[in-house]
Amino acid sequence: MAGKAMAPRLELKDISKRFPGVIANDQVSFQVPAGAIHALLGENGAGKSTLVKIIYGVQQADEGEVVFDGEPVHIGSPKEARALGIGMVFQHFSLFEAMTVLENIALGMDNPPPRRELEARVREVLKSYGLSLDPHRYVHTLSVGERQRIEIVRALLQEPKLLIMDEPTSVLTPQEVEQLFETLRRLASEGCSILYISHKLHEIKALCESATILRGGKVVGSCDPREESARSMAEMMIGGSLKDLSGKDNCTYGDDRFVVSNLSAPGEPPFGTSLKDVSFSVRSGEIFGIAGVAGNGQNELLAVLSGEEQNDVSGSIILDGQELAGTSAGARRKAGLASAPEERNGHAAVPAMNLTENAILSARGRMGLASGGIIKSGASRDYAARVIDAFSVKATGPGAAAGSLSGGNLQKFIMGREIMQNPTVLVVSQPTWGVDAGAASFIRQAMIDIVDKGASIVVVSQDLDELLELCDRLAVINEGRLSEAMDVKGISIERVGMLMGGIHGGGEGAAATGKQEGVAA
Amino acid sequence: MTLLKLEPRREQSRGMMLAAPVIAVGLTLVVGAIVFTLLGHNGLAAIYEIFIRPLFNPYRWQDLLVKAAPLAIIAVGLAIGFRANVWNIGGEGQYILGGLAGTGMALLTLDMSGGWILPVMLVCGILGGMAWAAIPAALKTTLGVNEILSSLMLNYVAIQLLYYLMRGPWKDPMGFNFPQTAMFSADQTLPYAVPGTLIHLGIPIAIAIALTAFGVMTRTITGFQVRVVGLAPKAAAYGGFGAASTVWLALMVGGGLAGLAGILEAAGPFGQMVPQFPTGYGYTAIIVAFLGRLNPLGILAAALVLALTYVGGESAQTTIGLPSAAAGVFQAMMLFFLLATDILVRYRIVSGSPAAARTAQPGGTGTAGTVTGEAAKPKTVTA
Repeated sequence: MAGKAMAPRLELKDISKRFPGVIANDQVSFQVPAGAIHALLGENGAGKSTLVKIIYGVQQADEGEVVFDGEPVHIGSPKEARALGIGMVFQHFSLFEAMTVLENIALGMDNPPPRRELEARVREVLKSYGLSLDPHRYVHTLSVGERQRIEIVRALLQEPKLLIMDEPTSVLTPQEVEQLFETLRRLASEGCSILYISHKLHEIKALCESATILRGGKVVGSCDPREESARSMAEMMIGGSLKDLSGKDNCTYGDDRFVVSNLSAPGEPPFGTSLKDVSFSVRSGEIFGIAGVAGNGQNELLAVLSGEEQNDVSGSIILDGQELAGTSAGARRKAGLASAPEERNGHAAVPAMNLTENAILSARGRMGLASGGIIKSGASRDYAARVIDAFSVKATGPGAAAGSLSGGNLQKFIMGREIMQNPTVLVVSQPTWGVDAGAASFIRQAMIDIVDKGASIVVVSQDLDELLELCDRLAVINEGRLSEAMDVKGISIERVGMLMGGIHGGGEGAAATGKQEGVAA
Repeated sequence: MTLLKLEPRREQSRGMMLAAPVIAVGLTLVVGAIVFTLLGHNGLAAIYEIFIRPLFNPYRWQDLLVKAAPLAIIAVGLAIGFRANVWNIGGEGQYILGGLAGTGMALLTLDMSGGWILPVMLVCGILGGMAWAAIPAALKTTLGVNEILSSLMLNYVAIQLLYYLMRGPWKDPMGFNFPQTAMFSADQTLPYAVPGTLIHLGIPIAIAIALTAFGVMTRTITGFQVRVVGLAPKAAAYGGFGAASTVWLALMVGGGLAGLAGILEAAGPFGQMVPQFPTGYGYTAIIVAFLGRLNPLGILAAALVLALTYVGGESAQTTIGLPSAAAGVFQAMMLFFLLATDILVRYRIVSGSPAAARTAQPGGTGTAGTVTGEAAKPKTVTA
């Protein structure tokens, strides 16, 4: 910090990066002063990730200059970036579940010190930033918030001058988010600059003092988020006016349509969560939310509801009076139960297959994409094309490999594929996870539209704001138990946050988060 | 300090994927010539005798087709399993059981006549192979037993069963105590597809099976299921394809086709059942399946190449006195070179310091807990 006090910590000058057929970054320039928390905003595909990868040395710019502390630098690899004092916390963690926190930290370091010394340093960092984490715990026993702390500690051990956070709050409880913000503010006050990437605009408003907005690879503006509204920033991001979700208020509820009672299932050893006596019911025309911190049985619940998991499941799942427990995934789909799991690549979609084939994957029965076991390739292609069209999926066509789509576009395709089958009940996990504002709003609107037509939706999400915006009622899942359903109107965020943190029973992973209460985002 | 490391290619060249088997065969010839020269044989002559000379001999061509047919039939079945990550290594045992089941039917109907006998024998052969494959399938789906081990070990059981039947219950009472069955009757013998040649009905059957399998894999939901299970097992469960049903499907198709190949051999070239019946087709078919890129049409071509090693290997024993193991050596080399070239199709070699290799770790994009295999691959750093 000394000497170059006047120079910004990071300055990008006319950075351009081209990939075959697309310009990811087009003459991007901005500065991050020392000790500043700077937001990088943009829709999916706006070039944020590429830009960050260039700063972190994962990719090289075709043109332009990176200036760090006043010195033009060439960052050839993440190792060189770390040597300069650039740390990064990725959206997806790379942790080994069967190893301890300390072992994972050591694995991620360039030159890990001896174990004892490392532990002392880890404890020191944890203490000085007020982070609670036991270095000897195995990763699979940790909550997502705690796992993220491992990544943060990893970065902090390198004493970074610039910390890049990529969508860090997408899986945290409100309390965890607030705690993360405290850590980040503290770091910033010590002179560390923070480059913060998120699509949650109110968080950016709460945390960041400056922002650069990217659209189509270009810088289209900059602002002081504290003086903007979330809406105005969103509109800068998508370059147009944002539509309000419509039709949410005038829906009428019908009878109970989807009734789940006393559902129990063992979690898959060693890291799965068992479902314990889960009961809820959803009326037609209703969106029912299931909130909770990741890893509390959401994936298990989805697999049991969709019929992918059948082993030792007890309880009943009734759709329109028809008992579905014990029937196959295919039979449930035929009965009108569509689902979309959290993980897109390799679960909701096959990355190596094209969109036509991915349409066949789940829509072949309801949309008649096969007859007598023979694939109707024309009909399949048509259906994929209709989904692409109706959901504005950016893809070269039905022949594009699912793996070539960006996360948001693939999610739009998956949601479109399920919604356009006109399901009676749609069970969906994290419908807008890592999806930009425009696409997220589009997906939410599509969900509201089918509910208006009388369908029922169960949304499992870790994004509480999303649930509050979408749902009529919600319940909280913690350690495989589902709380009672609450009406969203007049709900107490504080109470939801505490249920998420495990108010009943003191879950291991939740112990840390249960402590701070009353801080809503 | 620099060392070499493998880095996944961003995009695999389809051309290279198809060229890899050709390159592997080429390398086999070159290295084979060198190895046999070092062993004191005339290496070039060995290559010529095994791989070239049979091609100029019309009689050898017939033999080639006769040997390629069972290889292709077994390999098509195995490849369907391999596509779904079901590793059936028990082709040899299923082939033997198919032969035995068909032979059993032949011995029961020895005194009868009629056009129905041969089809019934073929069906029995298919069922015999399926029954043998059902054992690993049941073990896998109920107890989670690895099918590689169970199917492989059953091959040895099958051989012992064959020896027992030949030396005991099924021994031809008129056979001068030789351990073999009676010769099949005319109605039990496979007719020739081209009269006056060695080309029996098994050859058009092999071609028809490969074409059918190609259609099934590309055009049907069953083929789609196999491909999805192989590419993304969780997506398959999501799409309503059960893991157990896929294991059964793969092993039944693999076992049934191997069994069919077995009875076609017994009712064709052998005309009876003998202890020398297993000739390693079930193992060689694994090489055929991979050399043919697990594609039924590719398998037809690969079966001809591997059949050449059998035919050429046999004739080279008499013409230049190569040991009988030579054919096996060439087959094994082909598999090794194929695996090696495949690695280079999927990865490229870069030199880098060990430290640079480590930097990849924190940058991985795999979700927590899935840091294995592909997800653990080093991040590409274009330098």
